[in-house]
Amino acid sequence: MTRKILMLGAAALAMAPMAAWADGHLARGGSGHLNIIYWQAPSTLNPYLSGGTKEVESASLVLESLGRFDDTGTLVPWLAAEIPTVENGGISEDLTQITWTLQEGILWSDGSAMTAADAVFTWEYCTHPEGGCAQASYFDGVESIVAVDDLTVQINFDQPTPFPYTALVGSESPIIQAAQFADCLGARAPECTEANFGPIGTGPFVVSDFRPNDVIEFVANDNYRVPDQPHFASVTFKGGGDATAAARSVLETGEFDYAWNLQIDPTILAQMEAQGNGTVVTAFGTSVERLHLNQTDPDPALGDLRATAEGGAHPFLTNPVIGQAMSMAIDRALLVEVGYGAGGQPTCNVLPAPDLYASTANDGCLVQDIAGANALLDEAGILDTDGDGIRELDGVPLQVLYQTSTNAVRQDTQALVKQWWAEIGIDAELRNIDASVFFGGDPASPDTFQKFYADVEMYTNNFAGVDPQAYMANWACSEWPSPASQWQGSNMQRFCDPAYDALIEEMAGTADLERRGEIARMQNDMLVQSYSIIPLIHRGGVSAHANSLGGIRMSDWDSELWNIAEWHRIPE
Amino acid sequence: MTDQADPGISRMIQERPPRNQWFDVWDQFKTHKGALFGLGFFIFALAFILIGPLVWTVDPQFADILARNSNHMLACLRAGGGPDGGGFEMVRACFASPEEFSRANPGLFLKVSWSHPLGTDQLGRDMLARLMTGGQTSIAVGLTAMMLALFFGTLIGVLAGYFRRLDGILMRITDLFLAIPLLPLLLVIIMLFRDQLRNAFGPEGGIFVLIVVVIGLTSWMQTARVVRGDVLALKEREFVLAARSIGTKPSNMIGRHILPNVMSAIMVSATLGIANAIITESALSFLGLGFPSDFPTWGRILFDGTDWLSSFPERVIWPGVFISLTVLSVNYIGDGLRDALDPRIRGR
Repeated sequence: MTRKILMLGAAALAMAPMAAWADGHLARGGSGHLNIIYWQAPSTLNPYLSGGTKEVESASLVLESLGRFDDTGTLVPWLAAEIPTVENGGISEDLTQITWTLQEGILWSDGSAMTAADAVFTWEYCTHPEGGCAQASYFDGVESIVAVDDLTVQINFDQPTPFPYTALVGSESPIIQAAQFADCLGARAPECTEANFGPIGTGPFVVSDFRPNDVIEFVANDNYRVPDQPHFASVTFKGGGDATAAARSVLETGEFDYAWNLQIDPTILAQMEAQGNGTVVTAFGTSVERLHLNQTDPDPALGDLRATAEGGAHPFLTNPVIGQAMSMAIDRALLVEVGYGAGGQPTCNVLPAPDLYASTANDGCLVQDIAGANALLDEAGILDTDGDGIRELDGVPLQVLYQTSTNAVRQDTQALVKQWWAEIGIDAELRNIDASVFFGGDPASPDTFQKFYADVEMYTNNFAGVDPQAYMANWACSEWPSPASQWQGSNMQRFCDPAYDALIEEMAGTADLERRGEIARMQNDMLVQSYSIIPLIHRGGVSAHANSLGGIRMSDWDSELWNIAEWHRIPE
Repeated sequence: MTDQADPGISRMIQERPPRNQWFDVWDQFKTHKGALFGLGFFIFALAFILIGPLVWTVDPQFADILARNSNHMLACLRAGGGPDGGGFEMVRACFASPEEFSRANPGLFLKVSWSHPLGTDQLGRDMLARLMTGGQTSIAVGLTAMMLALFFGTLIGVLAGYFRRLDGILMRITDLFLAIPLLPLLLVIIMLFRDQLRNAFGPEGGIFVLIVVVIGLTSWMQTARVVRGDVLALKEREFVLAARSIGTKPSNMIGRHILPNVMSAIMVSATLGIANAIITESALSFLGLGFPSDFPTWGRILFDGTDWLSSFPERVIWPGVFISLTVLSVNYIGDGLRDALDPRIRGR
């Protein structure tokens, strides 16, 4: 009997430190060290000087904003005490003013207090006329930002703004410390190397060492407002390599705990995951891989007029029947299976999320229907008259040049789509262009996606945050890229419909959420049913984390690392 | 009288019947084992890519999506070994009816079929057909670009070496070309001329002309330098002096006396040039500057396969073997030809 008690006592004694450790890992710094790999390396930690995801997300460990979007796309108060709305009086009735109240007692990592003046300074910093602020669009329409008192920030807009949660919200427009950046305004912004490489923030971590384009070392912020967070004592944020190597380092070798943006072949990723070291996580935001059908004529014979309004309409892609047949011929589920795996879902909408804005009117395209597409074209009188297997419309053969960026998954998609189109009598010539050229936006290059010197092009676009107003306004007639606008503009396929422009105007003046959802769905349906755009795949962010890492709530609406303070090591 | 005075010579002529010098070249060539092997493989490769598609008529661009990621038939050998292997019977069953065998033994992770003897890629495109069509492009690019480079290299090398007045300017031009980085030049050329060539020769033909011309125009410099050096040395030799003393014109001098003697240097450049052209073409395809992505070339197939190196190594091995053996065989052929064409070595 005594022996048994002794044994039990010994066992209890042995367990005691383990129990303590199990609790300890949730204390500040109790989880030890965290290794993160981003295969594109950050070059600065000032998100206002670089629009790249890698810079924004690495900086989100240090810099914070008034509110952040969680994994469901809901805006949650972060530095603010609550989210201002019309109901709680935070937003004025005429929708031109929003008033944020900061939480009390927030300290910068150097121990000084954060005040509304820092928020005002951030606005001045980003909107300085001599500076090239990468996130200036977040301050579009902001007339002034005023510090009413130490804890109250008032943002005034120059017109009614139904969705005012842009300035100082989300990881792309965080608040920076006025004291640190005071001498870095305007043209001098890039010169402040020390501040840009080691910004003082309110976030859970502090930069201890930054090597541009290589590695960042962080340690826990002693002045962080939540007493037991962050759970990790230090973070190594490694940049560089490629997506496959990053996935391997988490899922196979276990060198890293978290890897970002793993767009690699789903079969390969699944094989890695099957080894049981880590888990692949996805988050769906608003990214949609789509085809744009050029509505203007890209014929090289037109010279400088190609793909412009003056060059005339496209000889056959303006005919919605052809676009519809092209859409029907595509097996989206198979494209997902071959190229995207868990990171994609078939979609028929340009605007697939949030739920409020997602239309269901076009879901017929989810099922491939080659026979139906052929019948549709036959009915419309678009027939193969010369027996070469390619249909003609008014004597013009349906031959398209189909371009996209260089990426193994995209080239596979191209090959499959080409084959399906061949089955309905449309011939595609494939072209792939280096991503840095294609998305580079250089007005001198003929290969940019804005110039669109091709008939069909494929890429992914999305919008940050949760409000689609600005995004859907991309397809206004005035948004055509053209030589006059230095080929800037976001209406890539040159869609133009006065009724659509009217909806854009209505959206800008509507505050009621239900009505906004309705308008957005109507806009989406107009776009999709014009068949100038063929949505293919709703793409999610794909990341991987070690199985021992807990607390991850991956969000595609904000930085993936938005809640890193809550991440912790799961005791084995 | 004269006939009787010279009996020995007439007997010698009867003993060695007249024969073309190319027979001697062939006799010498035959003694080089590597060259024979090289010639054999090169003929095999040519037959594979030219006659193969007539026999194996599968469309290399057709994606048989249900058969994607198939293994090659040799993977059947795997059924015999390993802890779950069933010995020779299993292997025979696998070769006899591969589809049924793969379905019946899911534990072996085999997906084989005689309709794709070398397997398929991630979209179900037949590897055998892709290797054949890919080889046509790769070898055509290699040979054409090499000939172009050889033509320019020899022309400039001989002119620079033979005519002193041209030497300075031609060699400075050579230096200039050596200093041009290839890839930025290609970017510019492709941007400037792609659309015109596409209209003139079609998408694939246009790129073919572009790639061949660009590779040819950027790889003649080494040949030119080597040839010039040889010509400079030859020019001082006695037989050239003798030829000149009887009033041989420069064109005859070059054609009859100089060129045959620099042939070995040219041959070596040629063999290196083919390898260089095949590899440059694959680098271009990799950057998206070459042929359309669905148009197979050996370099392209190799590049596409690298992502699958751990699970489907054969996708890299097949094109890799073809590229390296082709390059090696051409090198050996060049080596053998050089020996065979050199009268000093011939007959030893």
